[in-house]
Amino acid sequence: MIPHKNKSKKVPYFRRRKFLGALLAVASLAALSSGAADYPTDKVNTTGLAVTDDTVTVGQLHSATGTMAISETGSIQAEQLAIEQINAMGGVLGRKIKIIVEDGASDWPTFAEKAKKLLVKDKVASVFGCWTSASRKAVLPVFEKENGMLYYPTFYEGLEQSKNVIYTGQEATQQILAGLDWIAKEKGAKTFYLIGSDYIWPRTSAKIARKHIENVLKGTVVGEEFYALGHTQFGSLINKIKLKKPDVIYAIVVGGSNVSFYKQLKAAGITSDKSVLLTISVTEDEVLGIGGENLAGFYSAMKYFQSLDNPNNKAFVPAFKAKYGANSVIGDVTQAGYLGPWLWKAAVEKAGSFDVDKIAAASPGIELDKAPEGYVKVHENHHLWSKTRIGQWQLDGQAKVLYESGLIEPNPFPKGYQ
Amino acid sequence: MNKVYTRIFAGRVGTLNLAVVAVLLFALLPATLDIFRLNLVGKYLTFGFVSLGLVWLWGKGGVLSLGQGVFFGLGGYCMAMFLKLEASDPITTKIQSTPGIPDFMDWNQMTALPAFWIPFKSLPFSLIAVVVLPTLVAFILGVAMFKRRVGGVYFGVITQAIALILSLGIDGNQGYTGGRNGITDLKFLHGWDIRTQHAQYVLYFITCSLLLLMILASQWLLSGKMGKMLLAMRDREDRVRFSGYDVSAFKIFTFCLAAALSGIGGALFVLQVGFISPSLVGIVPSIEMVIFAAVGGKTSLYGAIYGTLIVNSGKSLFSESFPQLWLFLMGGLFIAVVVLFPNGIAGICDTIRKKISNRKKTAPSSVAGKDKRESVMLGELSAPALKGEK
Repeated sequence: MIPHKNKSKKVPYFRRRKFLGALLAVASLAALSSGAADYPTDKVNTTGLAVTDDTVTVGQLHSATGTMAISETGSIQAEQLAIEQINAMGGVLGRKIKIIVEDGASDWPTFAEKAKKLLVKDKVASVFGCWTSASRKAVLPVFEKENGMLYYPTFYEGLEQSKNVIYTGQEATQQILAGLDWIAKEKGAKTFYLIGSDYIWPRTSAKIARKHIENVLKGTVVGEEFYALGHTQFGSLINKIKLKKPDVIYAIVVGGSNVSFYKQLKAAGITSDKSVLLTISVTEDEVLGIGGENLAGFYSAMKYFQSLDNPNNKAFVPAFKAKYGANSVIGDVTQAGYLGPWLWKAAVEKAGSFDVDKIAAASPGIELDKAPEGYVKVHENHHLWSKTRIGQWQLDGQAKVLYESGLIEPNPFPKGYQ
Repeated sequence: MNKVYTRIFAGRVGTLNLAVVAVLLFALLPATLDIFRLNLVGKYLTFGFVSLGLVWLWGKGGVLSLGQGVFFGLGGYCMAMFLKLEASDPITTKIQSTPGIPDFMDWNQMTALPAFWIPFKSLPFSLIAVVVLPTLVAFILGVAMFKRRVGGVYFGVITQAIALILSLGIDGNQGYTGGRNGITDLKFLHGWDIRTQHAQYVLYFITCSLLLLMILASQWLLSGKMGKMLLAMRDREDRVRFSGYDVSAFKIFTFCLAAALSGIGGALFVLQVGFISPSLVGIVPSIEMVIFAAVGGKTSLYGAIYGTLIVNSGKSLFSESFPQLWLFLMGGLFIAVVVLFPNGIAGICDTIRKKISNRKKTAPSSVAGKDKRESVMLGELSAPALKGEK
């Protein structure tokens, strides 16, 4: 093991060791053997990324300000927690991770600008970030052009696959199909009312849900409505629901609209003792705003709930709360954000390199046993195999997990659902 | 020749201003900034077109529009539609259910290109539309409002409402417009890869040249009767009207001009940034554009460039250095400018210039005299108007 020429810091260290006798020298080399010295910088970084002998720089690109800040904060925190834990374990290939944080400010052109800055100016080895589909669509050409690596945490509509993105959330079919199957079986549901916010994710999700309801479950969709983001008046919708009396209200309402939606449902007497509501857009984070009492008894289909009972989650939740306060909650996307740095670390170690091309090639097949959601594996299409879980919301804002599917293969371009 | 000098270059001060900006944009910035920063400056300058339009409309015409994002967006969308169609050839989109249409249409179960998209297959049509469509919309709005003497706050509110309507309209018709995501993933302009460094250099210089050209054209227009009319209208509209001039026609003209400028800016934005979305059309960006003009000094053509550059660089640099605090810093900057320098950067420069020329009292025919030109012009025009009133 010969330290590399460029290692200006390490050379005098070894020279001093020479005087201390063979035994010490052997011992110190043994200690270094699992560290950076095994991976000389010019070998693990052939494309000029921000990798030095003892650090590697990554970027974090979320909205710290603007309307999306409230949603993205959880992901920011989880990613930082993961990076802190990785550093405490000795980093990646013996290098400590440094983070450059950029604010996308809930503004898509800003996301594109900052993505370019991180890749072109800062030469970050990887970026953890984006939340909304619009922000991802804005940065995707940048990542493909500059050949960067993005770990994207949000469950989303699918219809996308890129060499330069690892999607750590669910694509639409992973979240929708098993949940519908469960509710049809458990509740004998035949009629569904689909309600969503008006943009690509709810629209695509509703499309997939409708196809599944009509073609597989042989049920009927008795109503399908979309409301502008931020819409707060659901009076007429509630009247229609009362008129049609669907077996299941299927809600894909996002953001601030959620609060008014569930409060108005409750005020109109549509509560869990009389109606069944299944949503794919409410996590613990949203419940914090909606209030557990307005949602109690309704169901969410997610891959992760804070209340999951497994050893990984038992370690993750206290670690998160210790860092961000006892009142903080962890939603589905927050957990998916936490996976990003770990998956990247695993890919770098598997590839033995920080090069984006090698990481992209090494990613499929990577497994994580330590994921709070349980076992996770990266598919060839850069999405994760994941489970669908049904949680029933309780008064305290936590979910009781009632059902857990097997591992579902990610399928961002589902045939028969397009 | 002398006429060209005074009318287009606006005399000595104007030529000096032009020289400073030209050196800054064509020599200093390209020499000191790397391509990433230069591309950002290019992006900022596309907003400079909107600011320039606002100098016309607000500074010279006295009408404040809070909806210039509409025209910026229209120009941008016209350009983006052309680029998107070029990027959606049947081979690259063969994974779709319907190859050959833009990807977002396919996601929204559209099976054919909507009729209004078809003309945008032609580059000349798209380039003409970039200018004509915003102008046409401004003309219709202008006729509807100015002929009815809607002005001031009401005009501002209506333009803001239109910005909201357009951004919601784009949002809500995602099959036709790309919705909230906008039109993304634009790559080629007639086979020319707009994402390369070389293309970014070329686009930067095109943007700078066009912007300076527009300023010179504006100076030429403003140095004639047009400028005097606008100044008179801004200060005493009813007197101009009583003198027999059609005030609304001048306002419609400035509104259309501002819209055309914004449209050009939008198209250049799309070429340099590679996408457009409703987040550039709505109320917030429209108001930001007013801030650019205000910081620069709303009556100064060159101030528009400086204001846009300073606010946007501030935005980028503050947010890079202080991701948590930058909005407060930006807010502080705006408050400071408005409170301390109500005439913006141009106002600061004027003050300094006056101080210097006051010190050099020995040469009375110098700069200070030129600065008073505006008020002299007003005097010329209001004198006959006063007579008319008597």
